[in-house]
Amino acid sequence: MIQLQHLNPTEADTALHRLDPRVKLIVALSLILITGLMPSGAFGAYIALFALMMAEAIIARVSPVLVVARSLAVLPFSLAAVTLIFTGPEPYLAALPVTGWPISEPGLVQCVSIVFKSLISVQAAILLIATTHFTTLLWAMSSLRIPGVLVAIISFMYRYLFLLADEAARLSRARDSRSAVPAGSPVTARSLIFRARTTGRMIGSLLVRAFERSERVYNAMLSRGYTGAPMQIDPPQLCPRDVLIGLIPVLIAASLLAISLII
Amino acid sequence: MSPILSAPPAPPPMHAPDGFFSVWLSIAGWIITLVMVGLAIRNTRSQLGERQIPLMGIVGAAIFAGQMLNFTIPGGTSGHLLGGTLAAIILGPWASVLVMTAVVVVQGLLFQDGGLLVMGINIINMGIITSFVGYFTYRHVKKLFKDSRGGMLAGAFAGAWLSLIVTSAFAAVELAVSGTSPMGIALPAMVGVHSLIGVGEGLLTVFALSFIFATRPDLLTGEAAPGQKAAGWVLTGLLLALAITLFAPLASPYSDGLERIAEAFAEPSEVEIAPVGFAVPEEAVFNGKFGESPYEILPDYTVPFLGESGASTIVAGMIGVLIVFGTAVGLATLTRVRKKEELST
Repeated sequence: MIQLQHLNPTEADTALHRLDPRVKLIVALSLILITGLMPSGAFGAYIALFALMMAEAIIARVSPVLVVARSLAVLPFSLAAVTLIFTGPEPYLAALPVTGWPISEPGLVQCVSIVFKSLISVQAAILLIATTHFTTLLWAMSSLRIPGVLVAIISFMYRYLFLLADEAARLSRARDSRSAVPAGSPVTARSLIFRARTTGRMIGSLLVRAFERSERVYNAMLSRGYTGAPMQIDPPQLCPRDVLIGLIPVLIAASLLAISLII
Repeated sequence: MSPILSAPPAPPPMHAPDGFFSVWLSIAGWIITLVMVGLAIRNTRSQLGERQIPLMGIVGAAIFAGQMLNFTIPGGTSGHLLGGTLAAIILGPWASVLVMTAVVVVQGLLFQDGGLLVMGINIINMGIITSFVGYFTYRHVKKLFKDSRGGMLAGAFAGAWLSLIVTSAFAAVELAVSGTSPMGIALPAMVGVHSLIGVGEGLLTVFALSFIFATRPDLLTGEAAPGQKAAGWVLTGLLLALAITLFAPLASPYSDGLERIAEAFAEPSEVEIAPVGFAVPEEAVFNGKFGESPYEILPDYTVPFLGESGASTIVAGMIGVLIVFGTAVGLATLTRVRKKEELST
């Protein structure tokens, strides 16, 4: 069944929720950048960064367990780094029993480091979106000089995403209800071309409906005075207190980076 | 809706998360992406005018929703659309860049499908490369068949298939340059898998397009999209950049060091690369040289993850990509300026 499983900001009203979205966006990016710059194998620093994320989660009253659980969605990508274990240089720790591939110690360290860094980074992104409404984030993006046209396109996409996902769900329910198969027969009873044609036409019809909807939306906007430029509320002054609060996690992470580079 | 769900997002994650590409490559990716988005905004303004914002936003949402429509494929899994080529055929390559950028941004921010720092690279792979490769393949094949309906569909299939091949090659090179996956494994694996996934993408693109052609042929406005010459330069630049990154390490002054490491790697890489049933001559392995595996594209190239040679490869590759890309974008701008002058005289 198709359903959108995205993050909504939690209801709580904590210091992290109230922080200026521009500060939060930059802090999240800085934390991900610092995590990325961490040397390979600095496991102490990874644990400290992880603790920092969990501390933020607790301050924001977001369940740390759920943050971790949700971040595990990146694990399938570890497959890209797993090859390092068997292609890395000596010393070898052991050999795989059946294939005899040697397990390289530096390769293993590198692979585990990539996965850890990736988990910490996605946790930072989860905390950002769990404490900030998406529209606020878009507003922060445009006041950080991301081209206004792009931000406007993204905000339109966000606005109609759920509507079109429902439409896709209805299309796929209709397909399923018309393609019953006798119990026991394989799902792939019809040819691949047949199945691709059905799905392709569904996508085509989704696009035609999207086009027609955008024509109606455009006309409605035009009648309400749309001139082509997205309307924007002037951003409020950036409060120095927010900047200072934002500096705390960044400084902690940066000093962790400095320490692990020196050691 | 519950605030945080433990279940994975409905469409399987398909964009690289943070950590899998090196920081410097990610920053270069963001720079290229921002330049391309800027160019795309300028190029689409004349095409669609103020209509463009609601249109592109809603088409972006439709591409996103279309990616959720699965169909069963042999092997017990399911395939779905990526949509870069389809969007480029319908809207033209530049508008498609904007639509696909919006899709990648929403997937990364809202669904954590794709990292934030590596988002630039994800936009290049999923949006820019697929749009340009798909669109130009489509145009040329279609012209070859004298613009017939069959030629249009053949072009759409070829474009969608090729766009996935090229983008997977790019992803493999990016992984290798970042030291995440050795090139000898990542390249054949990624290209191999995507040459199959590409068939699904091609079929879905063809059938979606033929549906639109049958019901609303007037929507296929991408045919008259402006800035095509400029877009051609971008495509050339992209492909040159790929070629340079692929072959630059062979000419690297560090090749001695690389070869030394390659020697140490030879055996495991060989096992990994050789397809089932492919016998490897034993002397070849002991000599530290690779056998004649059909997948050997860069025999002496292995990305080391430690030491200076790794950093040098990354820097060299990045500089190469940036120079070529910068040249392409510069030429693109020049072409457009000249065109404007022609129009004004």
